[in-house]
Amino acid sequence: MPKVKMPRKSTNVDMTAMCDVAFLLLTFFMLATKFKPDEPVTVVTPNSISEIMIPDVDIMLLTIDPKGRVFFSVDNKNNTRKNLIEDVNEYKGLNLTPQEMAQFTNGASVGVPFNQLKSYLAADPVQQKEYDKQTSGIPTDTVNTSDQNELAAWIRMARNSNPKLRIAIKADGDANYPEIKKVIRTLENWKIYKFNLITGLKAVPPGTAAYEIQNAGMKPQ
Amino acid sequence: MAEMDVSSGGGHKKGPGVKKGKKLSTRVDLTPMVDLGFLLITFFMFTTTLSKPKTMEINMPNKEKIEEKDQTKVKESVAFTVLLSREHRIYYYEGLASDPTKPPELKITYFKPKDGIRDAIIDKKKRIEEQRRQDPTLTAKDQLTVLIKPDANSTYEDLVNILDEMAINDVKIYAIVDITDVDREFIQSTEQANTGAQ
Repeated sequence: MPKVKMPRKSTNVDMTAMCDVAFLLLTFFMLATKFKPDEPVTVVTPNSISEIMIPDVDIMLLTIDPKGRVFFSVDNKNNTRKNLIEDVNEYKGLNLTPQEMAQFTNGASVGVPFNQLKSYLAADPVQQKEYDKQTSGIPTDTVNTSDQNELAAWIRMARNSNPKLRIAIKADGDANYPEIKKVIRTLENWKIYKFNLITGLKAVPPGTAAYEIQNAGMKPQ
Repeated sequence: MAEMDVSSGGGHKKGPGVKKGKKLSTRVDLTPMVDLGFLLITFFMFTTTLSKPKTMEINMPNKEKIEEKDQTKVKESVAFTVLLSREHRIYYYEGLASDPTKPPELKITYFKPKDGIRDAIIDKKKRIEEQRRQDPTLTAKDQLTVLIKPDANSTYEDLVNILDEMAINDVKIYAIVDITDVDREFIQSTEQANTGAQ
Protein backbone atom coordinates (compact mmCIF):
# COMPACT_ATOMS: atom_id res chain seq x y z
CA MET A 1 0.00 0.00 0.00
CA PRO A 2 1.38 3.31 -0.91
CA LYS A 3 1.98 5.69 1.90
CA VAL A 4 -0.43 8.54 2.09
CA LYS A 5 1.56 11.67 1.87
CA MET A 6 0.35 14.46 3.98
CA PRO A 7 0.61 17.63 2.02
CA ARG A 8 3.08 19.94 3.74
CA LYS A 9 1.46 23.08 4.77
CA SER A 10 3.34 26.28 5.02
CA THR A 11 3.74 27.65 8.51
CA ASN A 12 3.31 31.15 7.23
CA VAL A 13 0.09 32.67 8.38
CA ASP A 14 -1.54 35.56 6.73
CA MET A 15 -0.94 38.44 9.08
CA THR A 16 -3.14 40.92 7.30
CA ALA A 17 -6.24 40.28 9.36
CA MET A 18 -4.36 40.44 12.64
CA CYS A 19 -2.68 43.60 11.52
CA ASP A 20 -6.02 45.12 10.69
CA VAL A 21 -7.36 44.36 14.14
CA ALA A 22 -4.23 45.63 15.83
CA PHE A 23 -4.35 48.94 14.09
CA LEU A 24 -8.06 49.30 14.57
CA LEU A 25 -7.56 48.94 18.30
CA LEU A 26 -4.58 51.23 18.17
CA THR A 27 -6.60 53.93 16.47
CA PHE A 28 -9.35 53.53 19.03
CA PHE A 29 -7.02 53.88 21.98
CA MET A 30 -5.20 56.80 20.43
CA LEU A 31 -8.42 58.69 19.92
CA ALA A 32 -9.94 57.71 23.26
CA THR A 33 -6.83 58.47 25.27
CA LYS A 34 -6.60 61.48 27.42
CA PHE A 35 -3.32 61.64 29.21
CA LYS A 36 -3.47 61.81 32.94
CA PRO A 37 -2.72 65.34 34.02
CA ASP A 38 0.32 65.67 36.20
CA GLU A 39 -0.94 65.73 39.73
CA PRO A 40 1.22 67.23 42.42
CA VAL A 41 0.11 64.62 44.92
CA THR A 42 -1.48 61.23 44.63
CA VAL A 43 -4.93 61.16 46.09
CA VAL A 44 -7.02 58.04 46.56
CA THR A 45 -10.62 59.08 46.61
CA PRO A 46 -13.28 57.10 48.46
CA ASN A 47 -15.95 55.32 46.47
CA SER A 48 -19.62 56.05 46.19
CA ILE A 49 -22.54 54.82 44.15
CA SER A 50 -23.02 58.22 42.54
CA GLU A 51 -22.70 58.23 38.76
CA ILE A 52 -22.67 61.91 37.98
CA MET A 53 -19.96 62.78 35.51
CA ILE A 54 -17.64 65.62 36.21
CA PRO A 55 -17.50 68.21 33.44
CA ASP A 56 -14.18 69.03 31.80
CA VAL A 57 -14.56 72.76 31.71
CA ASP A 58 -15.71 75.39 34.14
CA ILE A 59 -14.41 73.40 37.01
CA MET A 60 -12.37 74.42 40.01
CA LEU A 61 -10.61 71.54 41.65
CA LEU A 62 -9.56 71.59 45.28
CA THR A 63 -7.30 68.66 46.00
CA ILE A 64 -6.72 67.65 49.59
CA ASP A 65 -3.99 65.11 50.23
CA PRO A 66 -3.80 62.65 53.18
CA LYS A 67 -1.89 65.17 55.28
CA GLY A 68 -4.60 67.75 54.76
CA ARG A 69 -2.66 69.99 52.40
CA VAL A 70 -4.82 71.87 49.95
CA PHE A 71 -3.97 72.28 46.28
CA PHE A 72 -5.85 74.52 43.94
CA SER A 73 -6.48 74.09 40.25
CA VAL A 74 -8.79 75.49 37.61
CA ASP A 75 -9.27 74.73 33.93
CA ASN A 76 -8.00 77.14 31.33
CA LYS A 77 -11.15 77.72 29.30
CA ASN A 78 -11.32 81.28 28.00
CA ASN A 79 -7.94 81.99 29.55
CA THR A 80 -9.26 81.62 33.08
CA ARG A 81 -5.85 80.70 34.41
CA LYS A 82 -4.15 83.60 32.66
CA ASN A 83 -6.63 86.13 33.99
CA LEU A 84 -6.48 84.54 37.40
CA ILE A 85 -2.71 84.80 37.75
CA GLU A 86 -2.81 88.40 36.55
CA ASP A 87 -5.38 89.15 39.23
CA VAL A 88 -3.33 87.38 41.86
CA ASN A 89 -0.23 89.24 40.78
CA GLU A 90 -1.92 92.57 41.01
CA TYR A 91 -3.87 91.95 44.18
CA LYS A 92 -1.06 90.39 46.14
CA GLY A 93 1.74 92.49 44.61
CA LEU A 94 3.89 89.51 43.71
CA ASN A 95 5.85 91.14 40.83
CA LEU A 96 5.61 88.05 38.67
CA THR A 97 7.39 88.12 35.33
CA PRO A 98 5.48 87.18 32.15
CA GLN A 99 7.42 83.90 32.06
CA GLU A 100 6.29 83.02 35.57
CA MET A 101 2.73 83.84 34.67
CA ALA A 102 2.98 81.64 31.60
CA GLN A 103 4.30 78.89 33.82
CA PHE A 104 1.16 79.12 35.92
CA THR A 105 -1.10 79.26 32.87
CA ASN A 106 0.36 76.05 31.47
CA GLY A 107 0.83 74.31 34.80
CA ALA A 108 -1.41 72.13 36.90
CA SER A 109 -2.35 72.46 40.56
CA VAL A 110 -0.59 74.83 42.88
CA GLY A 111 -0.27 74.29 46.58
CA VAL A 112 2.02 76.98 47.91
CA PRO A 113 1.25 80.08 49.94
CA PHE A 114 1.25 83.38 48.08
CA ASN A 115 4.62 84.45 49.47
CA GLN A 116 6.28 81.39 47.92
CA LEU A 117 4.37 81.54 44.66
CA LYS A 118 6.99 83.58 42.79
CA SER A 119 9.87 81.28 43.59
CA TYR A 120 7.65 78.26 42.90
CA LEU A 121 6.73 79.49 39.44
CA ALA A 122 10.31 80.48 38.67
CA ALA A 123 11.53 76.97 39.46
CA ASP A 124 11.88 74.26 36.83
CA PRO A 125 9.56 71.23 36.86
CA VAL A 126 11.96 69.07 38.88
CA GLN A 127 12.31 71.69 41.57
CA GLN A 128 8.56 72.21 41.53
CA LYS A 129 8.10 68.54 42.36
CA GLU A 130 10.37 69.06 45.36
CA TYR A 131 8.29 72.05 46.35
CA ASP A 132 5.12 69.98 46.14
CA LYS A 133 6.60 67.43 48.50
CA GLN A 134 7.55 69.96 51.14
CA THR A 135 4.87 72.58 50.85
CA SER A 136 2.28 73.08 53.53
CA GLY A 137 -0.42 73.58 50.92
CA ILE A 138 -2.60 76.61 50.51
CA PRO A 139 -3.33 78.02 53.96
CA THR A 140 -6.97 77.67 54.94
CA ASP A 141 -9.00 78.85 57.85
CA THR A 142 -12.60 78.87 58.95
CA VAL A 143 -12.90 82.64 58.59
CA ASN A 144 -12.67 84.20 55.16
CA THR A 145 -11.75 87.71 56.14
CA SER A 146 -8.45 86.81 57.72
CA ASP A 147 -5.28 86.98 55.65
CA GLN A 148 -4.53 83.48 56.79
CA ASN A 149 -7.23 82.09 54.55
CA GLU A 150 -5.49 82.22 51.21
CA LEU A 151 -7.82 79.60 49.77
CA ALA A 152 -10.65 82.07 50.13
CA ALA A 153 -8.68 84.61 48.09
CA TRP A 154 -7.95 82.02 45.39
CA ILE A 155 -11.60 81.03 45.15
CA ARG A 156 -12.80 84.60 44.99
CA MET A 157 -10.36 85.59 42.27
CA ALA A 158 -11.01 82.44 40.26
CA ARG A 159 -14.72 83.11 40.35
CA ASN A 160 -14.03 86.65 39.23
CA SER A 161 -12.28 85.45 36.11
CA ASN A 162 -14.88 82.77 35.41
CA PRO A 163 -18.21 83.18 37.22
CA LYS A 164 -19.56 79.89 35.91
CA LEU A 165 -17.02 77.82 37.80
CA ARG A 166 -18.27 74.76 39.57
CA ILE A 167 -16.37 73.52 42.53
CA ALA A 168 -15.15 70.01 43.01
CA ILE A 169 -13.36 68.70 46.06
CA LYS A 170 -11.04 65.80 45.51
CA ALA A 171 -9.85 64.62 48.85
CA ASP A 172 -8.01 61.56 50.01
CA GLY A 173 -10.00 59.09 52.06
CA ASP A 174 -7.52 59.38 54.89
CA ALA A 175 -7.64 63.15 55.13
CA ASN A 176 -8.87 64.28 58.51
CA TYR A 177 -12.31 65.77 58.72
CA PRO A 178 -11.23 69.09 60.30
CA GLU A 179 -9.21 69.90 57.17
CA ILE A 180 -12.20 69.14 54.98
CA LYS A 181 -14.36 71.21 57.26
CA LYS A 182 -12.09 74.22 56.83
CA VAL A 183 -12.45 74.00 53.07
CA ILE A 184 -16.21 73.51 53.24
CA ARG A 185 -16.53 76.39 55.69
CA THR A 186 -14.53 78.62 53.35
CA LEU A 187 -16.89 77.75 50.51
CA GLU A 188 -19.91 78.37 52.70
CA ASN A 189 -18.57 81.77 53.64
CA TRP A 190 -18.52 82.68 49.98
CA LYS A 191 -22.13 81.51 49.82
CA ILE A 192 -21.26 78.41 47.85
CA TYR A 193 -23.57 75.77 49.20
CA LYS A 194 -23.51 73.39 46.30
CA PHE A 195 -20.40 71.59 45.25
CA ASN A 196 -19.16 68.22 44.08
CA LEU A 197 -17.13 65.62 45.85
CA ILE A 198 -15.05 63.51 43.50
CA THR A 199 -15.37 59.83 44.23
CA GLY A 200 -14.65 56.53 42.61
CA LEU A 201 -17.44 54.28 41.53
CA LYS A 202 -18.74 51.31 43.43
CA ALA A 203 -21.66 49.03 42.76
CA VAL A 204 -24.99 49.62 44.40
CA PRO A 205 -25.45 46.96 47.07
CA PRO A 206 -28.40 44.71 46.25
CA GLY A 207 -31.49 44.76 48.40
CA THR A 208 -31.33 48.44 49.21
CA ALA A 209 -33.59 51.32 48.26
CA ALA A 210 -31.14 52.70 45.70
CA TYR A 211 -30.85 49.27 44.11
CA GLU A 212 -34.58 49.04 43.66
CA ILE A 213 -34.78 52.51 42.18
CA GLN A 214 -32.01 51.72 39.75
CA ASN A 215 -33.59 48.48 38.61
CA ALA A 216 -37.09 49.91 38.43
CA GLY A 217 -35.86 52.49 35.95
CA MET A 218 -34.33 49.84 33.75
CA LYS A 219 -37.28 47.49 33.54
CA PRO A 220 -39.31 47.99 30.39
CA GLN A 221 -42.91 48.48 31.29
CA MET B 1 11.91 37.78 8.71
CA ALA B 2 11.39 40.31 6.03
CA GLU B 3 12.18 38.10 3.10
CA MET B 4 10.01 38.36 0.08
CA ASP B 5 8.21 35.32 -1.07
CA VAL B 6 9.34 34.69 -4.56
CA SER B 7 8.75 30.98 -4.90
CA SER B 8 5.12 31.18 -5.72
CA GLY B 9 3.67 32.57 -8.85
CA GLY B 10 4.89 32.02 -12.34
CA GLY B 11 2.94 28.95 -13.23
CA HIS B 12 2.49 29.94 -16.82
CA LYS B 13 4.86 28.73 -19.36
CA LYS B 14 4.72 30.22 -22.72
CA GLY B 15 6.72 29.41 -25.71
CA PRO B 16 10.48 29.15 -25.60
CA GLY B 17 10.95 32.54 -27.07
CA VAL B 18 9.09 34.38 -24.41
CA LYS B 19 11.26 36.13 -21.90
CA LYS B 20 10.45 35.15 -18.39
CA GLY B 21 10.00 38.26 -16.32
CA LYS B 22 10.34 37.13 -12.76
CA LYS B 23 7.08 37.78 -11.07
CA LEU B 24 7.57 39.13 -7.58
CA SER B 25 4.92 38.37 -5.08
CA THR B 26 3.22 41.33 -3.51
CA ARG B 27 3.06 39.59 -0.18
CA VAL B 28 4.97 41.26 2.60
CA ASP B 29 5.69 39.75 5.96
CA LEU B 30 3.50 41.69 8.33
CA THR B 31 4.86 40.31 11.60
CA PRO B 32 6.98 43.32 12.57
CA MET B 33 4.12 45.65 11.80
CA VAL B 34 1.78 43.64 13.99
CA ASP B 35 4.41 43.65 16.73
CA LEU B 36 4.64 47.38 16.56
CA GLY B 37 0.88 47.73 16.50
CA PHE B 38 0.40 45.70 19.63
CA LEU B 39 3.25 47.45 21.39
CA LEU B 40 1.54 50.77 20.80
CA ILE B 41 -1.81 49.37 21.86
CA THR B 42 -0.32 48.22 25.12
CA PHE B 43 1.20 51.62 25.68
CA PHE B 44 -2.03 53.46 25.07
CA MET B 45 -4.01 51.03 27.15
CA PHE B 46 -1.82 51.65 30.14
CA THR B 47 -1.70 55.39 29.83
CA THR B 48 -5.33 55.92 29.04
CA THR B 49 -7.86 57.10 31.57
CA LEU B 50 -11.05 55.78 30.18
CA SER B 51 -13.15 55.95 33.27
CA LYS B 52 -13.63 59.51 34.24
CA PRO B 53 -13.99 60.09 37.95
CA LYS B 54 -17.53 60.36 39.21
CA THR B 55 -18.80 62.95 41.58
CA MET B 56 -21.47 63.18 44.19
CA GLU B 57 -23.28 66.43 44.63
CA ILE B 58 -23.64 67.87 48.04
CA ASN B 59 -25.80 70.70 49.20
CA MET B 60 -24.95 72.43 52.41
CA PRO B 61 -27.73 74.22 54.23
CA ASN B 62 -27.92 77.88 53.39
CA LYS B 63 -27.12 79.67 56.58
CA GLU B 64 -28.27 83.21 56.12
CA LYS B 65 -31.46 83.36 54.13
CA ILE B 66 -33.68 81.33 56.38
CA GLU B 67 -35.38 83.31 59.09
CA GLU B 68 -36.27 81.84 62.40
CA LYS B 69 -39.98 81.53 61.64
CA ASP B 70 -39.41 79.75 58.34
CA GLN B 71 -37.15 77.19 59.82
CA THR B 72 -38.65 73.82 60.22
CA LYS B 73 -37.78 72.21 63.44
CA VAL B 74 -36.83 68.62 63.13
CA LYS B 75 -39.19 66.47 65.10
CA GLU B 76 -37.61 64.36 67.75
CA SER B 77 -39.41 61.27 66.49
CA VAL B 78 -38.01 61.39 62.97
CA ALA B 79 -34.49 62.46 63.82
CA PHE B 80 -31.57 60.11 63.68
CA THR B 81 -28.17 61.33 64.75
CA VAL B 82 -24.97 59.78 63.48
CA LEU B 83 -21.64 60.61 65.05
CA LEU B 84 -18.51 59.73 63.13
CA SER B 85 -15.46 59.11 65.23
CA ARG B 86 -11.99 57.62 65.27
CA GLU B 87 -11.09 54.36 63.54
CA HIS B 88 -14.18 54.55 61.32
CA ARG B 89 -16.42 54.05 64.32
CA ILE B 90 -19.99 55.26 64.10
CA TYR B 91 -22.07 56.14 67.12
CA TYR B 92 -25.73 56.65 66.51
CA TYR B 93 -28.82 57.39 68.49
CA GLU B 94 -32.43 58.19 67.75
CA GLY B 95 -33.72 61.66 68.34
CA LEU B 96 -31.81 64.86 68.87
CA ALA B 97 -30.64 64.49 72.46
CA SER B 98 -32.12 67.90 73.20
CA ASP B 99 -33.40 66.79 76.56
CA PRO B 100 -30.46 66.55 78.95
CA THR B 101 -32.43 64.64 81.55
CA LYS B 102 -33.03 61.77 79.15
CA PRO B 103 -29.75 60.92 77.47
CA PRO B 104 -30.27 58.75 74.40
CA GLU B 105 -29.00 55.27 74.09
CA LEU B 106 -25.80 55.39 72.14
CA LYS B 107 -24.94 52.48 69.89
CA ILE B 108 -21.69 51.71 68.14
CA THR B 109 -21.43 50.31 64.68
CA TYR B 110 -19.24 50.37 61.60
CA PHE B 111 -19.62 50.62 57.86
CA LYS B 112 -20.31 47.05 56.93
CA PRO B 113 -22.80 45.31 54.71
CA LYS B 114 -24.54 43.39 57.50
CA ASP B 115 -25.72 44.76 60.84
CA GLY B 116 -23.91 47.98 60.16
CA ILE B 117 -25.18 51.52 59.95
CA ARG B 118 -27.19 50.65 56.86
CA ASP B 119 -29.45 48.25 58.70
CA ALA B 120 -29.93 50.77 61.46
CA ILE B 121 -31.05 53.40 58.97
CA ILE B 122 -33.35 51.01 57.13
CA ASP B 123 -34.88 49.92 60.42
CA LYS B 124 -35.50 53.50 61.53
CA LYS B 125 -36.99 54.38 58.18
CA LYS B 126 -39.42 51.50 58.39
CA ARG B 127 -40.51 52.44 61.87
CA ILE B 128 -41.17 56.02 60.83
CA GLU B 129 -43.32 54.84 57.96
CA GLU B 130 -45.21 52.65 60.39
CA GLN B 131 -45.73 55.59 62.68
CA ARG B 132 -47.01 57.72 59.87
CA ARG B 133 -49.63 55.17 59.02
CA GLN B 134 -50.92 55.06 62.56
CA ASP B 135 -50.63 58.66 63.55
CA PRO B 136 -52.58 61.00 61.24
CA THR B 137 -50.93 64.11 62.71
CA LEU B 138 -47.73 63.15 60.98
CA THR B 139 -47.66 64.32 57.37
CA ALA B 140 -45.61 63.21 54.42
CA LYS B 141 -43.14 65.91 55.37
CA ASP B 142 -42.19 64.03 58.48
CA GLN B 143 -39.52 61.92 56.93
CA LEU B 144 -36.47 60.38 58.39
CA THR B 145 -33.98 63.16 59.01
CA VAL B 146 -30.39 62.15 59.50
CA LEU B 147 -27.99 64.49 61.22
CA ILE B 148 -24.40 63.70 60.41
CA LYS B 149 -21.89 64.94 62.92
CA PRO B 150 -18.30 64.09 62.12
CA ASP B 151 -15.90 64.69 64.97
CA ALA B 152 -12.27 65.78 64.78
CA ASN B 153 -10.97 62.21 64.59
CA SER B 154 -13.04 61.12 61.63
CA THR B 155 -11.72 61.02 58.10
CA TYR B 156 -13.05 62.18 54.78
CA GLU B 157 -13.73 58.58 53.85
CA ASP B 158 -16.22 58.27 56.70
CA LEU B 159 -18.00 61.37 55.50
CA VAL B 160 -18.27 60.12 51.94
CA ASN B 161 -19.35 56.71 53.16
CA ILE B 162 -22.15 58.06 55.28
CA LEU B 163 -23.29 60.38 52.49
CA ASP B 164 -23.25 57.36 50.25
CA GLU B 165 -25.42 55.47 52.72
CA MET B 166 -27.92 58.31 52.43
CA ALA B 167 -28.01 57.77 48.68
CA ILE B 168 -28.12 54.00 49.02
CA ASN B 169 -31.00 54.04 51.46
CA ASP B 170 -32.82 56.87 49.74
CA VAL B 171 -32.83 59.17 52.73
CA LYS B 172 -34.19 62.45 51.42
CA ILE B 173 -33.35 64.75 54.29
CA TYR B 174 -29.92 64.82 55.82
CA ALA B 175 -27.46 67.44 56.92
CA ILE B 176 -23.87 67.69 57.96
CA VAL B 177 -23.87 69.45 61.28
CA ASP B 178 -21.12 70.54 63.62
CA ILE B 179 -20.61 68.24 66.53
CA THR B 180 -21.72 69.59 69.87
CA ASP B 181 -20.07 69.30 73.25
CA VAL B 182 -22.90 67.09 74.38
CA ASP B 183 -22.18 64.64 71.60
CA ARG B 184 -18.48 64.70 72.35
CA GLU B 185 -19.27 63.77 75.93
CA PHE B 186 -21.46 60.91 74.72
CA ILE B 187 -18.59 59.52 72.70
CA GLN B 188 -16.16 59.95 75.53
CA SER B 189 -18.29 58.29 78.14
CA THR B 190 -19.06 55.41 75.80
CA GLU B 191 -15.41 54.95 75.01
CA GLN B 192 -14.56 54.96 78.69
CA ALA B 193 -17.27 52.49 79.51
CA ASN B 194 -15.99 50.19 76.80
CA THR B 195 -12.35 50.31 77.84
CA GLY B 196 -13.44 49.74 81.43
CA ALA B 197 -15.39 46.66 80.49
CA GLN B 198 -12.53 45.03 78.68
